[in-house]
Amino acid sequence: MSSTRATVDERIKETSKLRKALIRPELGAIVGTVAVFAFFIAFAGDSGMFNAQGVLNWSTVSAQFVIIAVGACMLMIAGEFDLSVGSMIGFAGMSIAIISVTLGWPVWLAILLTFALCIAVGALNGFIVVRTGLPSFIVSLAFLFILRGFTIFFPQLIERRTIIGGISERAEGDWLAPVFGGKVGGPIFDWMASQGLIAVFERGTRAGEPIVNGIPMLIIWALGLMILAHVVLTRTQFGNWIFAAGGDAQAARYVGVPVNRVKILMFMFTAFCACVFATCQVMEFGSAGADRGLLKEFEAIIAVVIGGALLTGGYGSVIGAALGALIFGVVQQGLFFAGVESSLFRVFLGVILLFAVILNTYIRRIITGER
Amino acid sequence: MSSFDHNPIVEMRNIEKHFGPVIALNGVSFDIRPGECHCLLGDNGAGKSTFIKTMAGVHKPTRGEILFEGRQMSFDSPRDAMEAGIATVYQDLAMIPLMSVTRNFWMGREPVKRFGPFKFMDFKTANDVTMEEMRKMGINLRSPDQAVGTLSGGERQTVAIARAVHFGAKVLILDEPTSALGVRQTANVLSTIDKVRKSGIGIVFITHNVRHALAVGDRFTVLNRGKTLGTAQRGQITPEELQDLMAGGQEMVALEGSLGGTV
Repeated sequence: MSSTRATVDERIKETSKLRKALIRPELGAIVGTVAVFAFFIAFAGDSGMFNAQGVLNWSTVSAQFVIIAVGACMLMIAGEFDLSVGSMIGFAGMSIAIISVTLGWPVWLAILLTFALCIAVGALNGFIVVRTGLPSFIVSLAFLFILRGFTIFFPQLIERRTIIGGISERAEGDWLAPVFGGKVGGPIFDWMASQGLIAVFERGTRAGEPIVNGIPMLIIWALGLMILAHVVLTRTQFGNWIFAAGGDAQAARYVGVPVNRVKILMFMFTAFCACVFATCQVMEFGSAGADRGLLKEFEAIIAVVIGGALLTGGYGSVIGAALGALIFGVVQQGLFFAGVESSLFRVFLGVILLFAVILNTYIRRIITGER
Repeated sequence: MSSFDHNPIVEMRNIEKHFGPVIALNGVSFDIRPGECHCLLGDNGAGKSTFIKTMAGVHKPTRGEILFEGRQMSFDSPRDAMEAGIATVYQDLAMIPLMSVTRNFWMGREPVKRFGPFKFMDFKTANDVTMEEMRKMGINLRSPDQAVGTLSGGERQTVAIARAVHFGAKVLILDEPTSALGVRQTANVLSTIDKVRKSGIGIVFITHNVRHALAVGDRFTVLNRGKTLGTAQRGQITPEELQDLMAGGQEMVALEGSLGGTV
């Protein structure tokens, strides 16, 4: 009977441990992360890239990438894309600026209204995709232009300029603004400075204070979103539905998975992540610009693909996507520390994207047994 | 046969289904009793798929009635039919290849355990039950984390059947489970059907292969151009007669002559 056949099938080769390890979505990203760190420790180790200030520098940039990559990753595993992420970042920032500075409403209200607005746009995006059955590529491309257009139009109309400043002043004393623009762990850094572990300012008004005086909330958000998304994806029922919706929507529907709801929720989550990114950025800069977030959607998608997710959906890892984002941040800032022309960053992006996609296709063949 | 001592679980009476001007089903009657394998035969386009989708709650019949355990029923969605106990295993859509066997097995009905306000998927229970159910069907998995893509076509069908049985299906609709399989895989699936039938579940076995039908079927209903041509019991009909009914008689005789009666 089949039971004996299934236990010993002479035609199935013993799978090696290495091959088994290969079948993990994160593998490429782990190797990439190690390689990137090794490279910059070798070539920029003495440039200040790995002292407290340097670490803060590239981890902040990486955290930005992580926030949008986590959203893009969940959505891609659910089988859809959102190309409007970059425009959404610009749009959200401008919305906060207009509501708080131009209208003069409290900053917390501006932030909450902007989140509601962005999540609603994400839901609309998702609703159109599931209702029309059009590729999300096209639908979200439309939103890329619609949102960017509004982001330029409204400040032009109201303020006759495309950058609105003065948010820092408005945010002072606000209860919600520090959740996005604040820093945590100040006392720990004071203590480390007093122990001589990190550098302090030598001169000026802040003499004696540590150069790094806290971890930006941006990084906390990045870690929080990453852990949340990872747990939801791998440990919960809803996570199983996300995989199912992207793996084969029809098969999932037949067993009762609410595929449309899952997809719309993932569009909303992606919008939420974009909005977190925008709010942190606005709080950090104190201004909103109409050109903020350009090309971010592609950088997010590249980070996700480096992280091992398949463009066709149904397979991927949040941890992988976060490592992909880390690779980005480290390389982008590392080239600066190593004194390399920064335009080469784009060359790097293109090359690594190509390698990642080829590797993923290979892994997919191993999993599905395609020849 | 014990199956005739029971009342039908599902009875479909004079089902008609129109898609705009197209009459896909024009009065089909069919019933399924516990513990029997009722084969639904028909050539491509005969209306087999439309008919089982009506039974599975995907389509609503234009006319006719569906009785479930003697009561009139109207399913609004596949989910409704599933909750009532009608499970369907579709030909290619049974499984998601990139997901693990466990994730596939529990898809849509994941076991959950609570940690305070949070609910997590209970992977330990899920894995254990999956391994156990697959063992009952005669398949020893290497690991429940194994992607379904690494299983053979027959094994995939078996996972889907085991899943339906585990979740308490009373009627199991199998949509051409053997059409894409090799000889050995087919034999495995047919023996799985036999096992499931013996546990008292009614099986609707859709196929256009007369030999596969005769291997496990208790009754045979032939559809042609949206109509039932009749239902025969095991032993009352020869393979040749079934074949002729399915193909609409006349042309087949001529064809078979030229092919030496092998079809």
